[in-house]
Amino acid sequence: MMSKRPLIILFVLTLLLFIANLFWGSVNIPFSDVLDILLGREVNSKMAESVVIQSRFPQAITALLAGAGLAAAGLLLQTAFSNPLAGPSILGITSGASLGVAVVMLIGGGALGAISGTMTSVLGAFIGAILTLGVIILFSMMVSSNVMLLIVGIMVGYVANSAITLLNFFASEQNVFSYTIWGMGNFSSVSFSDLPLFVIISLVGILLSILLIKPLNALLLGERYATNLGVNIKRTRILLLLCTGLLTAIVTSYCGPISFLGLAVPHVARLMTKSSNHYTLLPATLLAGSATALMCTLLCSMPWQSGVLPLNAITPIFGAPVIIYVIVNRSKIEYFN
Amino acid sequence: MEERVILEVKNLTIGYGKGGSAIKVVENISFALNSGEFILMLGCNGAGKSTLLRTLSAVQLPLAGEVKVCGESLMEITPRELSQRVSAVFTDKTMAGGLLVEEVVALGRYPYTGFFGTMTDEDRSVVQSALSLVGMQEKSKRYLSQLSDGERQKIMIAKALAQQTPLIILDEPTAFLDLPSRIEILYLLKQLAEEECKTIILSTHDVEQSLSVADKLLLFIDDKVKLASTTEAIESEDVARLFESRGIVFDKEKGAFVPKQKR
Repeated sequence: MMSKRPLIILFVLTLLLFIANLFWGSVNIPFSDVLDILLGREVNSKMAESVVIQSRFPQAITALLAGAGLAAAGLLLQTAFSNPLAGPSILGITSGASLGVAVVMLIGGGALGAISGTMTSVLGAFIGAILTLGVIILFSMMVSSNVMLLIVGIMVGYVANSAITLLNFFASEQNVFSYTIWGMGNFSSVSFSDLPLFVIISLVGILLSILLIKPLNALLLGERYATNLGVNIKRTRILLLLCTGLLTAIVTSYCGPISFLGLAVPHVARLMTKSSNHYTLLPATLLAGSATALMCTLLCSMPWQSGVLPLNAITPIFGAPVIIYVIVNRSKIEYFN
Repeated sequence: MEERVILEVKNLTIGYGKGGSAIKVVENISFALNSGEFILMLGCNGAGKSTLLRTLSAVQLPLAGEVKVCGESLMEITPRELSQRVSAVFTDKTMAGGLLVEEVVALGRYPYTGFFGTMTDEDRSVVQSALSLVGMQEKSKRYLSQLSDGERQKIMIAKALAQQTPLIILDEPTAFLDLPSRIEILYLLKQLAEEECKTIILSTHDVEQSLSVADKLLLFIDDKVKLASTTEAIESEDVARLFESRGIVFDKEKGAFVPKQKR
């Protein structure tokens, strides 16, 4: 049987990083105070309590689920399109979701401008993500080459971005500013009261991805083999579309278009587990996604001079080297051959 | 074991599309295959070999006529039932290099396992015996990517065996292999047909090799499909007519195909 060790390592790592996120932050709070707050004991500083409960805790939960969700979406896309370089941002799905958010934020309501991640912007992001995914799937029937399909995805992303630029051009200064800030990405925009919605939708998406494990393994052999094994390709495609659309949409609408997590994390998981079998690979990808997101959050909210760094300043520094490593070593890596 | 009819094809028309715009590739195909028979399909490119194989595995719908496997029409059984009756081997490029050999063969149990694909002890023993039938048991813990092309094809055949279907169809399984691997695969399949009592049907361009190994030939000549025993097909000049339209004839003395002599 497969080794459980990478899963255990990833689980412990995720747990440690989650705890670190509660104790560490841009505001300096003594270790013992955080412990007291977490244990429900009375502390002197009301401010400290509010930081831990209202800010750090929701942020850690958000990072945990957003990282897992984006990574799972990336893995599903890579298997579904038989392309290890697919991912929500490369295929333009994140841009589609961003366009949905832009429509809601920049046209929908000036009053909404300041807040991302309301129910409407979640819906906007979902519709945007599903529409782009639909377009990509349509093209995947016409374009058989994987590389060409990636380029189609990048083009679709550009078209979505051009619409976003246009919306920005006509929007009010204040809306453009809040859209830009949202676009830099962060895990701190899910407030304590928004948390239930975010948690429920993310968990639905993650659960759906777990239910797809069996057909995903068959899809590794390609669609013709999968059909012969009795996989209902149409239904599986629709479920994959819903699942990746939902996960990309919920994360993007709250946290902004986060790059590289969906693309790079499945590779880290494959290299760690040394397997393409989704029974181990999917849990490993979920955990590695959470761990990476929590690590990035920690780096963003280290006590820097000017508050909290935007997430998209950090994620490429993790993601890009992974992808370059994988491409350079592809002849030595099992799952590429 | 007593021979029984596994595959029945009646007045089948294969092709693409639907209704008036349909493109018919071959019309009126009828034949029947018994258990334990090893059948090779021969014909030019574009004659409809792959289309027929796709229709037999229900990847593609027939334009007219009927295909029955073990007495039941392909149109009337569920995808799961179908995958327990017809297994397929292609030359498709897979993304399964990161799976262990035994994991790939275990995918053959897909139609038998439950929602999460949990394997029972019986499933595992079917996988192991499929691996030993193709002689790859000692490589079960290797990655698929570590195998040669010929070995990979054996693993895909083992996957088909693990599916435990009476009918196995293979679309040019020897296409990218070198000569020793081709011969090895062909004789392995013949042996499996005989010893495991499987009906095995495959398309190939290895005409000369097939004549010595096939029980029967399925010939695509002049927009028709004909089933004949190998000796019959050679004597009735059907083999000789296979590539006539392309200026290639069969030289009985040499037992090989040669270009038509210009007079």
